Amino acid sequence: MALNYTKKTLDNFLKPKNVGKINKPDGYAQIGNMVCGDQLDFFLKVEKGKIKDVKFLSFGCASNIATASVLTEKVKGMTIAEAKKYPWQKVVAELGGLPNQKVHCSIMAVDGLKKAIADYEKSLTVKPVASKKGAVSKQKPTPKKNLTIKKKTPVKKK
Amino acid sequence: MKVYLDNAATTKLDPRVLKKMEPYFMKEYGNASSIHDLGQNAFQDLIKAKEKVAKLIGGETNGVIFTSGATEANNLIIKGVALANRNEKKNKIIVSSIEHPCVMESAKFLARAGFKVEFIPVNSEGLIEAKELEKLIDKETILVSVMAVNNEIGTIQDIAALAKIAHAHGAYFHTDAVQAIPYLKLDVKKMGIDFLSLSAHKFYGPKGVGAAYVNRQIKIQPQIIGGGQEDGLRAGTYNLPGIIGLAEALELAYKERDIYLKKVTALRDYFWQKIQQEIPELKLNGSLKKRVPANLNIMFGYIEGEAILMDLSYKGVYVSTGSACSASDLRASYVLKSMGLDKNFLNSNIRFSLGRFNNKEGIDYTIRALKATVKRLRSFSPIN
Ligand code: FES
Repeated sequence: MALNYTKKTLDNFLKPKNVGKINKPDGYAQIGNMVCGDQLDFFLKVEKGKIKDVKFLSFGCASNIATASVLTEKVKGMTIAEAKKYPWQKVVAELGGLPNQKVHCSIMAVDGLKKAIADYEKSLTVKPVASKKGAVSKQKPTPKKNLTIKKKTPVKKK
Repeated sequence: MKVYLDNAATTKLDPRVLKKMEPYFMKEYGNASSIHDLGQNAFQDLIKAKEKVAKLIGGETNGVIFTSGATEANNLIIKGVALANRNEKKNKIIVSSIEHPCVMESAKFLARAGFKVEFIPVNSEGLIEAKELEKLIDKETILVSVMAVNNEIGTIQDIAALAKIAHAHGAYFHTDAVQAIPYLKLDVKKMGIDFLSLSAHKFYGPKGVGAAYVNRQIKIQPQIIGGGQEDGLRAGTYNLPGIIGLAEALELAYKERDIYLKKVTALRDYFWQKIQQEIPELKLNGSLKKRVPANLNIMFGYIEGEAILMDLSYKGVYVSTGSACSASDLRASYVLKSMGLDKNFLNSNIRFSLGRFNNKEGIDYTIRALKATVKRLRSFSPIN
């Protein structure tokens, strides 16, 4: 296999940090790449303009998982303004480099995080009916179930 | 523990083959084109190797052309036959939509050179239906090329039937038989195969050597020209150690075919049955019945193929996503796409290809590893 992942990338792939969901997140976004078919979901918890918690789910390659892992580690605790500016180049550097065809994984992760932040910021401008923020109508739909293996293809046939 | 389940990518050299090759490096190193004794000895051995290969595939000795591998053989045949037989009335070639990239790229090269190129679709089982070829073929067709066994999903095509259709329309027939050894008994004459390609390293022979079988009654334009070796059909000093290795490996493969098939079928069936019991939400790609017993191509729902591969690799289990050549290509497999696989399933596939050196212990280890891998990756998938 022509993929030379660094040890750090492999470590983050094998033991990714911050995986999972956040219930009632302050910001949520899903991002995908049409070419490779990979997908990332980000969940944010924001407190006093800072990222209090961030988690992700991945349908993706090893470097997709690893980049999301280091990115979430890095931006946790940052202010929203700082996190928004965190460049993908730093993610790549943090991992000690990525194979050429895998650089886009880091770009996708950074874009996904920005999208989640934008989602959070939007919720600030759209005044929700409830006055308490955080408990807002930010009931994000859980990602669509787009696999219906059971129904479509009897798995254990033949 | 290390378990190699990527035998469709390449195989380990059989030590018996290596032993046969050895003298040709240091002792019998003559150039088979030289006139002195050392050269002529090498030439004699070259001819013996050709005879062996010809016999094993039911062809003529002078139809066996040694190449650097199947990529070269396929280039030679696809381009060489099309270019040599093109005229005002004939300007078309037909290939299946699941051919190896070297056939695909050769066909695209011909399209750029003004040929009409048609691709035969496959059904959802990964099989080519005769009627689909019937739809595309006409008097204009020079060559039809369909691989005997697919490299990604292991499906077996009805080569003899397709060859018959080609001939009925005055076209020649080529099959890329790289993945067919020793699963199919090949008899080029009986099966109506005009051209065939082989690669030694897929059947425990050395890398860097293959063969093109050509029907010498049919015109073919050489693609590598120079010193006139192989009756002018393929220039370049004969790679004697490789050629000897190929012939020996092919002979062993067929000599031990029955025992091997029994063993690999039992292992594969055990593996498939077990993982269906142990791992939920998976699906086999391609027909189970019309498939070589060494191949399983499986879709694991909700998780991505490369992640599965890397996680397994870390545990010492070596597999591939689709084909090894596409490992650095991000796009989903065109083979699976052309079978009409749901787009949500296109990136979740792993090819396991078993071989001569696998055993039950390794398969049991693989099942355990796989179970853990799938469980881990699914635990943080956004789509379950
Ligand atoms: S290959 Fe596209 S995200 Fe990794």
